[in-house]
Amino acid sequence: MLLAFRSVGLWFSDAIVWPLVLVTAGGALIWRQSMGGGTPAAPETATSPAPTGKPGPAVVDPTPARATTRGIEVSRTGLGIALVIGAGFIFLQATGSLSAARDVLVATLVVAIVLGVILAPWILRLVRNLGAERAERIRSQERAEMAAHLHDSVLQTLALMQKNSDDPRVVATLARRQERELRTWLSGSPSAVGGERLLRAALERAAADVEEDHGVPVEVIVVGELRLDESGEAIVAAAREAMNNAAKFGGAAPVNVYAEATESQLQVFVSDRGPGFDVSTVPGDRRGVRESIIGRMERHGGHAEIRSRPGEGTEIELTLPLGEARS
Amino acid sequence: MSGPRVAIVDDHALFRAGVRSELASLVDIAGEAAGVEEAVALIAAESPDVVLLDVHMPDGGGVEVIRRVAAAGGDAPPKFLALSVSDAAEDVIAVIRAGARGYVTKTISTPELADAIRRVDDGDAVFSPRLAGFVLDAFAGAPPPRAEDTDLDQLTAREREVLQLIARGYMYKEIALRLGISPKTVEAHVSAVLRKLQLSSRHELTRWAAERRLVD
Repeated sequence: MLLAFRSVGLWFSDAIVWPLVLVTAGGALIWRQSMGGGTPAAPETATSPAPTGKPGPAVVDPTPARATTRGIEVSRTGLGIALVIGAGFIFLQATGSLSAARDVLVATLVVAIVLGVILAPWILRLVRNLGAERAERIRSQERAEMAAHLHDSVLQTLALMQKNSDDPRVVATLARRQERELRTWLSGSPSAVGGERLLRAALERAAADVEEDHGVPVEVIVVGELRLDESGEAIVAAAREAMNNAAKFGGAAPVNVYAEATESQLQVFVSDRGPGFDVSTVPGDRRGVRESIIGRMERHGGHAEIRSRPGEGTEIELTLPLGEARS
Repeated sequence: MSGPRVAIVDDHALFRAGVRSELASLVDIAGEAAGVEEAVALIAAESPDVVLLDVHMPDGGGVEVIRRVAAAGGDAPPKFLALSVSDAAEDVIAVIRAGARGYVTKTISTPELADAIRRVDDGDAVFSPRLAGFVLDAFAGAPPPRAEDTDLDQLTAREREVLQLIARGYMYKEIALRLGISPKTVEAHVSAVLRKLQLSSRHELTRWAAERRLVD
């Protein structure tokens, strides 16, 4: 093409070659950007609606990463536009028609501004509609997710409760289990980080199991949070055993679990308001306490203490040193 | 009927009806309200002693009711006892900071609820084990002490002890016995904690839950 121009002997051949190269490069940049622009946008819509109810601390905000890609996109497009405009200027300069072009430019600018003023509301509406549509799509996705969850959990439980409505204990257990499950789902807090379970979730899990096995309510209160290593898992296992004992021998009284994790230690208290017993003469059926609670704690560098007196309930205190306190 | 006059504020009709029938023989029910607007009107008209206040309601919830009743003034403002199924710590702490004298969960038994109402009416603070846990978590999760911190921003060792025992399920009487102090002193510690919770300038307390650090 260029050669053809040259062979025809057009006098401005050099004046057209360089602008053409610039226009091609700039144009290619703009085109590539606007065509490829769809690709980075697609995964964004796929990942953005994290359907976890409230954004908990676990939800990683994807905005910064997205902002940088968008920034690169904009700067590339800007570079392309600059190249094309530069090419135009060089061409006009070379052909000496810059002053004529200035008149044309002014006229074009005026037309552009007029058109802009006329069309601005319409374009704005279009953009807003697109945004609203997208938000609506995300909302309906979330609604579908929520409906699916409620169907699998709450509605199933309600059906079970209707079937068992003559057994108050079963109904209470079902209701509590569902409550626990729904709360976990609503809070959106993670149950494990990097393969290690978290204290709160692990204790809730143990309490739910004990509740289910014995039909006794187990209330769990946790202060602080902790990733469970081997020793942490041991204290949770010991606590589970303590809950089992409290549920079994506590005379159907509610079981109270309180755990507190600080920098230096993890403590778990499991108590019931049952009949209690004389600690100095541990009944034969409670030998399990010695092995699965006291023994287990001691093997992991912690200790267990049992407080109970006939008629005053029982409290088991589990302590595990953490961090530098552990040696 | 003797006993404190109680208003029930909850947007669930079933729950209001349940509480009303449970409490009817134990306290004097002054009325019920199903929303913020209704509650403010009811409190102005009936001036109850104690308001059982649902934390979660449309149009601002319990916090908004407390705020508007406080803004309206009045010579004998009622005492608020927050009641909720919610475990969301920041919501509960927000209601306490707004001025509620206590918090109990909706699963509380009737005699315990009646007792809590009487204690709030007497001017005491009512901390359920769960609220005690929230408060300990709030003060533990707050950033380390700063120079401008006053006593309001810290719990004393004794206050922590009392809260821990409440969280472990102990009654005030048992706590007193265990710590070798009088039940009135236990009461005083709990009231002091409530005051700190309400007056502390540490606004982080209301939103610590979101950024609760992980102890490694």
